[in-house]
Amino acid sequence: MDLNFLDFEQPIAELEAKIEELRYVGDDAEINISEEIRRLEEKSRSLTQSIFAKLNAWQIAQLARHPQRPYLLDYIARIFTDFEELHGDRAFADDPAIVGGVARLEGEPVMLIGQQKGRDTREKLHRNFGMPRPEGYRKALRLMQTAERFKLPVLTFIDTPGAYPGIGAEERGQSEAIARNLQAMAELKTPVICTVIGEGGSGGALAIGVGDRLLMLEYSTYSVISPEGCASILWKSAEKAAEAAEALGITSRRLLELGLIDAVIEEPLGGAHRDPEHMAEQLRDRLLSELTDLRSQPLDTLLETRYRRLLEFGEYNEKA
Amino acid sequence: MSWFEKLMPTRIRTEGGNKRTVPEGLWTKCDACASVIYRAELERNQEVCPKCGHHMRIRARRRLQAFLDEAGREELFSRIEPVDMLRFRDSKKYRDRLNQAQKGTGESDALIVMQGQVQGIPLVASAFDFAFMGGSMGSVVGERFVRAVNHCLERELPLVCFSASGGARMQEALFSLMQMAKTSAALGRMKQAGLPYISVMTDPTMGGVSASLAMLGDVHIAEPNALIGFAGPRVIEQTVRETLPEGFQRSEFLLEHGAIDMIVDRREMRDKVARLLGIFMHRSAS
Repeated sequence: MDLNFLDFEQPIAELEAKIEELRYVGDDAEINISEEIRRLEEKSRSLTQSIFAKLNAWQIAQLARHPQRPYLLDYIARIFTDFEELHGDRAFADDPAIVGGVARLEGEPVMLIGQQKGRDTREKLHRNFGMPRPEGYRKALRLMQTAERFKLPVLTFIDTPGAYPGIGAEERGQSEAIARNLQAMAELKTPVICTVIGEGGSGGALAIGVGDRLLMLEYSTYSVISPEGCASILWKSAEKAAEAAEALGITSRRLLELGLIDAVIEEPLGGAHRDPEHMAEQLRDRLLSELTDLRSQPLDTLLETRYRRLLEFGEYNEKA
Repeated sequence: MSWFEKLMPTRIRTEGGNKRTVPEGLWTKCDACASVIYRAELERNQEVCPKCGHHMRIRARRRLQAFLDEAGREELFSRIEPVDMLRFRDSKKYRDRLNQAQKGTGESDALIVMQGQVQGIPLVASAFDFAFMGGSMGSVVGERFVRAVNHCLERELPLVCFSASGGARMQEALFSLMQMAKTSAALGRMKQAGLPYISVMTDPTMGGVSASLAMLGDVHIAEPNALIGFAGPRVIEQTVRETLPEGFQRSEFLLEHGAIDMIVDRREMRDKVARLLGIFMHRSAS
């Protein structure tokens, strides 16, 4: 796969280009340059390490939106078996921006729900860039209720710039659809694990993000507003997005520090797209261990713990 | 002091200061019909234009005072105060924005909760103060709201909330997003307990507040012509690149699309809410 490099990865891109060139020459000529290639590869790896060791929030936001980043369906294919997609909200339409269905994880039945972005232009449009409309959230709710009836744990995967801001979406009650999911997920009588795999865009992300565990892939982001949106409102200039990203603290490490999420799942060097196979393994292992833990708890305890935790969100002073 | 005032005995002299306590501008112009209205009359009329019925924004404290019976109303949870947990700084520090909002409004945050009665029916009522950072929901709003819910659960009281908010408070970042989940979860307990929650949406009810506590009522009431929705009209316009239809995201539009039960004039809110709660709470007809 041709890698698509981001701005801050340019030094790595140049090295990789040089390696490619040498390989090409190597095929042609008789001279042995494998030693040189190995040396450059090592250099590229250590350069990547040093660049990725000190990524800022804005750079991580770029990684979370990387055009080659694995999306939900890429993980479903690698982690689950017997996946059967289930469609539609039974009232208005099927929203392709949200994918849902039953599957097995190491043989155990589960319900999967998540946003799906598109890879090429046609799919991007079909998936509406992963921005759900109310019918998407209502489909998600229907599937969660199905999961509850059949005692299937719910695994959600968050990857959206946000709920779609469109005329039809408003007419059909975007706010109500999101609000209802928040309430339903808080009470769902089955274990719920939510994982941010890419972009966690505000209410549109939270609408499938309330559960017993909130996990984030290392280079995913979760924010109340996009850095660009925040910058244009508070700094009056979208160009201050990098500063806004920093101030909002949208990265997995920062949110873990703040106690807002439960765990960070490490990504391969250079990000999930550099080694989707390995990323999928990491994610599967984590989901399995969390699921084992949640399954061992009586349902009452599970629900009470979930509720208590939701009520603890927030920081304030209380005067005596 | 003019020569004429000097002639008057001090007892009858009106202090110059008195004049200045009258809020600047004895007269207000209605945004809708441009009529010039006597300020005191507008206040008596709960900020509704007596000429055209246009509902102007009203401060949260004034709203609750007008809504609740005078006897026995009491503010709750006002000791919960905001903190700048992230040391958030944009063009201004969050701390400075808070100070400024507190000085400017006289309130400590954007939600006020009171216990009281409406036409003799005991309840808890809360109201967003749009003047306080756009009525934005941060940790304090979320916590006060949840305490209001718990207060209702403990005493078997109904809850009424008047929203007026631009949405989540950006300066509290993900903490503010989580208030959506927190308030929605708490309202679930009201449902389980069979206690009524009436959500009154006023101008504006947008974003994170609309997509959580405002849209989870047993009854949804809106004031006339209030802007209510998830995404702001400008964001939508930029996304879809179309001009928005007339009356888009206004109360009448929401009623037509089935999102709310009714539109109620502010001056009739007490009657309407009392009647509804009387029925839900099985009180004998008055």
